[in-house]
Amino acid sequence: MADEMTERIPVRKTYKLFIGGAFPRSESGRSYPVADADGAFLANAARASRKDVRDAVVAARKAFPGWSGRTAYNRGQILYRIAEMLEGRREQFAAELRATGLDGAAARAEVDAAVDRWVWYAGWADKLAAVFGDPAPVAGPFHTVSVPEPTGVVGIVAPDGPLLGLVSMLAPVVVSGNTAVVVASEPAPLPAAAFAEVLATSDLPGGVVNLLTGYRAELAPRLASHEDVNALDLTGVPDADAKPLAEAAAGNLKRLFSRPADDWSREPGTARIRAFLEIKTVWHTVGA
Amino acid sequence: MPDRGRGCDAEPLFVFPVARGPSAAAPGTDVVAPTSLGDAGTVSTETRGQAELRALLRGLPGVDRVGAEARAARLAARSVKAAAKARAVDLAISMVDLTTLEGADTPGRVRALCAKALRPDPGQPDVPSVAAVCVYPDLVGAAADALAGGGVGVASVATAFPAGRAPLAAKLADVGAALAAGATEIDMVIDRGAFLAGDYLKVHEEIRAVRAACGAAHLKVILETGELGTYDDVRRAAWLAMDAGADFVKTSTGKVAPAATPPVVLVLLEAVRDYRAATGRAVGVKAAGGIRTTKDALRYLVLAAETAGRDWLTPDRFRFGASALLNDLLMQRRTLATGVYSGPDRVAQD
Repeated sequence: MADEMTERIPVRKTYKLFIGGAFPRSESGRSYPVADADGAFLANAARASRKDVRDAVVAARKAFPGWSGRTAYNRGQILYRIAEMLEGRREQFAAELRATGLDGAAARAEVDAAVDRWVWYAGWADKLAAVFGDPAPVAGPFHTVSVPEPTGVVGIVAPDGPLLGLVSMLAPVVVSGNTAVVVASEPAPLPAAAFAEVLATSDLPGGVVNLLTGYRAELAPRLASHEDVNALDLTGVPDADAKPLAEAAAGNLKRLFSRPADDWSREPGTARIRAFLEIKTVWHTVGA
Repeated sequence: MPDRGRGCDAEPLFVFPVARGPSAAAPGTDVVAPTSLGDAGTVSTETRGQAELRALLRGLPGVDRVGAEARAARLAARSVKAAAKARAVDLAISMVDLTTLEGADTPGRVRALCAKALRPDPGQPDVPSVAAVCVYPDLVGAAADALAGGGVGVASVATAFPAGRAPLAAKLADVGAALAAGATEIDMVIDRGAFLAGDYLKVHEEIRAVRAACGAAHLKVILETGELGTYDDVRRAAWLAMDAGADFVKTSTGKVAPAATPPVVLVLLEAVRDYRAATGRAVGVKAAGGIRTTKDALRYLVLAAETAGRDWLTPDRFRFGASALLNDLLMQRRTLATGVYSGPDRVAQD
């Protein structure tokens, strides 16, 4: 009896959305049960509504001038900081991943790979302009300079691989100054929701990354058709579902990036960074 | 669900004596000699004296602050959806006084704004025009030329906007210049300093003088509720303005925070409701300043319908003074029509 009295009741986490740097519940008040790999109940995740999509896009648009206006060096520092925070929470993320069905060693390996991937992309922040921009050699009484600029608000439909895939899609979007609205994996949203806590403690300005959990079929079409979203990454969507989303995205000529589900452990290359960059070329006369 | 005190048919709170004789002084009066102000002895018998005004305004029942805020918050929670929302958005567009009151205004900018006022969304011809374009007096000419024959009013702020601290002669000259250039509506500011000092007669006389100078033009009286401090004073200022002949009472200049808030607009709507019950004359309400989203606008429409009555849901009796609001209304309209969330790229930024 005395033992029962002193037994501590664990404080359980309510998994929420991440919009504009805050952790609100869904505007609709809905949630949905998330099961572990064996089908046992794990937790309730917030089930975002189309209005949460709208709010997330508003937050991302509001954050865009500030984030894209930062120096590349400063963006890189903040991304490194995110990697540091993630490193410090390796145990927590390993536990989250074990709940999705990975065994202990595989979960640790996934977390380590995610941290390393994030650091890899963070290093690109201050190298983009040199790699993707150039003074072009032209034949004329002027010279031209091309500079890469971020595309704007990017919608990301994350793959079901719970952490490395998400990190590998998100980092190349924000490293160049884009802001993002992410629809997390539907069956395994909890690692993504926990990742938002890392973002919130890393000096990343509110609204740069907004993370929604819920039913993909409900959220992705809204994101795809939203006219204030400039680009869409559909890598996490099965091919059969991608076509209507791509058609909806054409309404305002969004940039579309869709590669069949990668082996995320491969060296990523710069294709994802380049996909969400615009190249601005300016010319200037040469004095006689 | 019945609301207490709802609708225009509610019993008036009290009996307000109507001003004797014609409510406006003879038109054509260029300048009222400022020396006559504040001296009850020289005012004609058709006007009110200082003591009478004080007795009337201070005899108004006080505003229940907590109650007003709670009622405004409760009405703000009302949901307007689907077909009703589509109608409300169009109604709100037709109530907008599209406003630009910046030091950097140019004739070109005003012409661009006027084009937008006439056809807010050129891709959608069924979008109604806005109610008026509101500019400084020196740009009234440019606005009147651009709006000629379009059915959109030309409103001008006058009387030493926004502070209202100038001699009456200067204020009347300001009004005269705006009218001569083609203004159809005058937005005047009251002298808040005199009002707060208790010199109600000065404020009353100034409004009457401007009312007389306006002739056929519509007169909106800006109370600048953010500087009045209490809801009691907002109610007093509204009654003062209505008694002096205002066609509209308007919350704010937009230069002072807080500007329009739901409880303040609720107090104004109660005032116009009670004033009509007492005198039979309907006065409009203009909510101005800080209204940027469709959601805010719809909340004010709900307030107007539930407080003053549904017959206030017309541009002749309710207006929004705003600039950014119109774009949000247009985006919402597109969203309702297409089912796709619209973005700011789709509307003209001004």
